[in-house]
Amino acid sequence: MRINTLFYCLGQGIRNIFKNKWFTLASIATISACLFLFGLFYSILQNFQYMVKTAQEGVSVTVFFDEDISEARVEEIGEMLKRRVEVRDIQYVSADETWENFKEEYFGDTDYAEGFTENPLADCAHYDIYMNDVSMQSTLVTYLEALDGVSRVNRSAVTAQMLSGVNSIIGYVSIAIIVILFAVSIFLISNTVTIGISVRKEEIQIMKYIGATDFFVRAPFVIEGMIIGFIGSLLPLAAIYLLYNQAMLYVAERFPYLSQLMQFLDVNVIFQTLIPVCIGLGVGIGFLGSFTTVRKHLRV
Amino acid sequence: MRGTTKRRVGSTKDEYAIRLENVCKAYTVGIPALDDVSLHVKKGEFVFIVGDSGSGKSTLIKLLLRELVPTSGKIYVNGMDLVRMKRHNIPKFRRRLGVVFQDFRLLKDRNVYENVAFAQRIIQMPNREIRKNVPAILSVVGLAGKYKAKPKQLSGGEQQRVALARALINKPDLLLCDEPTGNLDPKNSWDIMNLLDKINSNGTTVLVVTHNREIVNAMQKRVITMKKGIVVSDEEEGEYIDED
Repeated sequence: MRINTLFYCLGQGIRNIFKNKWFTLASIATISACLFLFGLFYSILQNFQYMVKTAQEGVSVTVFFDEDISEARVEEIGEMLKRRVEVRDIQYVSADETWENFKEEYFGDTDYAEGFTENPLADCAHYDIYMNDVSMQSTLVTYLEALDGVSRVNRSAVTAQMLSGVNSIIGYVSIAIIVILFAVSIFLISNTVTIGISVRKEEIQIMKYIGATDFFVRAPFVIEGMIIGFIGSLLPLAAIYLLYNQAMLYVAERFPYLSQLMQFLDVNVIFQTLIPVCIGLGVGIGFLGSFTTVRKHLRV
Repeated sequence: MRGTTKRRVGSTKDEYAIRLENVCKAYTVGIPALDDVSLHVKKGEFVFIVGDSGSGKSTLIKLLLRELVPTSGKIYVNGMDLVRMKRHNIPKFRRRLGVVFQDFRLLKDRNVYENVAFAQRIIQMPNREIRKNVPAILSVVGLAGKYKAKPKQLSGGEQQRVALARALINKPDLLLCDEPTGNLDPKNSWDIMNLLDKINSNGTTVLVVTHNREIVNAMQKRVITMKKGIVVSDEEEGEYIDED
């Protein structure tokens, strides 16, 4: 293809955007609305997932040892645990540290603990095990209980199950919402493009009658669609960015206790993924919408 | 070929701009739009196709443009087999044709220059050539001074001249005109026909589908008459035959 043909198609694509103002506006509005909803749900779901993940990270399994266990065996168990895929981190807490933690938590600044001359928790040295995925807790516990030298395994089965369940629900809800949004987007966008292009059906026919190739006819429409998709993706991104920051500020000011309970993701973290995804979707929808709709009219 | 025919065809394939061999075209079950039509148009000829509505003229034009394929039979245009032609070769085939329609079919949002230049852009002609060729062809059709005008600013006759300029700019071997004077007054109709005659005298094969009895009878060209999908008459220097 000649370079001037390429520039011609590009020029025509840009020209069409201004020539068909109402079609352009309707298409941008449709894509923007769909991507805005998508971005909004994405941000909310990401935050939910982040909160659940944060909660999951705090859920631990505690392993206590037999009284006569050697230090070497404790270390050996530690090494074995580090190699497990479900284990994110382990922390060894000695009997003395356990007693100190206990005193700090239950006695505070009082002198009640002074009555104890020896460590009453002498047999409570343990590993706190933090997991990558709490849904694998029962597998790990079964493994731990079978280990030689392990006397008891403490776990929070209810919390683990609940978090794991919430995580699954968020996953399913995300998929369902995204699928519905896409179905609605494609329906709305293909309708808008169909209306826009049917007006220009005659133009396409004339081009075909005088020997234009499918590429030559289609290229300006596709370029137009991609530019509209690109603009249509920038608007909701800007709107979500402003809205998200405002919402964070509002929550922090009005509901400070909520901010302490829940940790929200930084807007930049969300936008690291949302920007390329939204632009890709906008441009992709513009490309596919114009490509497939023009195709219907090319058989002349 | 059915009906009265005074022409004899027996030359080599290369002599012909158009060859139809036993062509049938049926849209649905019932009366076919074209029924076993065979006709041959030599290169450089000027031919009128006449007939009333429903005679099959429009179907013939669509077949010659490769917009339709026949139900049976063979069609060759400019030596190309239209029945076997692959879809991706249709644009190349059409670039060797010039087409003029009754309703002009100009790109309404583009000016005269751009409408004519468009035919050159699709064959990827360099811009410097387009800048040279478009004014030249507009002079031929008498519109050199109106290159900036949009179609709606032109009269019907002027719009048809633009369409003609667009059809001619790539120097086609064959010019197909579907009712080119259908929307024009007598003066403009004659202007267009005189232009077509001039183009034909320069060697381009011209096929004109028309209802215009006065022009057909006055121009004394070959006339093919169609009725209900068959060729009923094919005469040199023929006349418009009434259906009755």
